[in-house]
Amino acid sequence: MIRLAIAQIDTVLGDVEANLETHMARIDEAVQAKADLVVFPELSLTGYALQDLTAAVARRPMADDPVFQTLLTASQRTDLLVGFVEHDKRHRIYNSAAYLSQGEILSVHRKVYLPTYGLFDESRFFAWGDSIRAFNTRFGRLGVLICEDFWHASPPYLLWLDGADILLFISASPGRGLDAEQTLESARWVEHVAQAYASLFTTFVTNVGRVGFEDGLGFWGGSVVFDPHGELLARGPYHEESLFVVELDLQQLNRARTRLPLLRDERTDLVQRELLRIRHSGLPESGKRPE
Amino acid sequence: MKQDEINLEINPALARKILTGFIRSETSRVGFERAVVGLSGGVDSSLTCALAAEALGPENVMAVRMPYTTSSPDSLEHAGLVIEMTGVQEVTLPISEAADALIGAIPEDQQVRRGNIMARMRMIVLYDQSAEFHGLVIGTGNKTEKLLGYTTQFGDAASAISPLGDLYKTQVRPLAVEMGVPEVILEKPPSADLWIGQTDEGELGFTYEEVDKLLYLLVDRRHSPDDCVDAGFDRGFVENVSELMRRNHFKRVMPPIAKLSNRTIGYDFLYMRDWGT
Repeated sequence: MIRLAIAQIDTVLGDVEANLETHMARIDEAVQAKADLVVFPELSLTGYALQDLTAAVARRPMADDPVFQTLLTASQRTDLLVGFVEHDKRHRIYNSAAYLSQGEILSVHRKVYLPTYGLFDESRFFAWGDSIRAFNTRFGRLGVLICEDFWHASPPYLLWLDGADILLFISASPGRGLDAEQTLESARWVEHVAQAYASLFTTFVTNVGRVGFEDGLGFWGGSVVFDPHGELLARGPYHEESLFVVELDLQQLNRARTRLPLLRDERTDLVQRELLRIRHSGLPESGKRPE
Repeated sequence: MKQDEINLEINPALARKILTGFIRSETSRVGFERAVVGLSGGVDSSLTCALAAEALGPENVMAVRMPYTTSSPDSLEHAGLVIEMTGVQEVTLPISEAADALIGAIPEDQQVRRGNIMARMRMIVLYDQSAEFHGLVIGTGNKTEKLLGYTTQFGDAASAISPLGDLYKTQVRPLAVEMGVPEVILEKPPSADLWIGQTDEGELGFTYEEVDKLLYLLVDRRHSPDDCVDAGFDRGFVENVSELMRRNHFKRVMPPIAKLSNRTIGYDFLYMRDWGT
């Protein structure tokens, strides 16, 4: 059993200190609620639409960075997943998420798919991440993806094959598509795909969204947790801050995969064979990205 | 493409939640607790006033009525209904004397020039009230008028934030119903009330219902003008509306700055207005 805390927060645009304070307050609350892990949204330490602030808020996820020092100390009390702007040794800047546990950084995921269309301009400001890896924690093997990463089907699929039984998605998605429905079109889309991944991969899937505004962009919150049967375990409020705890019963993985042995039957060799064929086919209609 | 792709329906309760949150956030983060709204007694400003009152508390909203000599007496009265309904603070500051100092020199048949002076005079009054009341000026313009350029630059188009700027005129109405805007305001023909007998639809030459459908296809659904003609819209109408959108784009953007340096505001000096807040 894991007690997962969802920290559906608002952020201050470009003020890491202020956002760190919010994190510490939420971590305190989560620890009081006996959470094992607190998940914050995408770019939770910086805010989303950073534009030319991007470089100014970038950090190295190391123990000698004061912000990470504070978070690493806090990770003695509960595991943490935080979103931040990462600066690498060669001065490239990534939209990243760090998983911290018991004073250690266990994993840093760099966003692999940077939306640069419509209202998005991420690849103007960020470098592309280049790996998708599950990692071991004291609760088992997890996988982390950032927003647009899971708008593509392959990253969740790879994490599933790489052993992740809990997929932690974090988002800072501006709400859009007001129509007659109860929720925004963008919120419905994200819930659909998160639920679909939980069902298809018989795995736990959570998406943690943020709230608040940056200029006219409004973030809808509505964080969701689905179990390995694809059933909704919990949903955060729309357009409001919230911290809530969800219990994940890992025994459900056993029951779901006995009922529906999709993981057992997955044919990775076939997938690889066909991918290689498609990659080398040179067919213009293939999904291969031109190099 | 068919007409049934057109869906201008909105969930008013959801729009209310988002827009009151937007007004609260964008007002408080720039250090204000209060707002100033120019209240004409039309649907857009009545709705804006109601949203601001809900977002900030009615005591923190100043509704400013700014009649001109030729303004319809109904306008003042309808604005009064909204003030009563929302419980906001109110001030009535006629612009006739100040506007006439400039309008006097303009021939009567040049209605647009005269109308622009009235709209800009109201802007001056609102920004002065902003200083007096310590309130942020909340714009009342909708998506239809912004796209068509049916606004006065630096006049009614001037504001600090624009809560209704992404709602078409026909989408404003259901939200106004949701917020309890009085029936008499919902029912009257939309008018800028800059001269006697002026109506938006009379001046534009088409109805909001027609043009909103077309704009929805062109803008929201990214259809080409030819697609819209195929869907049954009159070619002349499609061309007229497309040209209005293009020609009036200047009203929707900041003045272009001539680039000389390596870093220029607007091109490669990029920050949200909410920078640091």
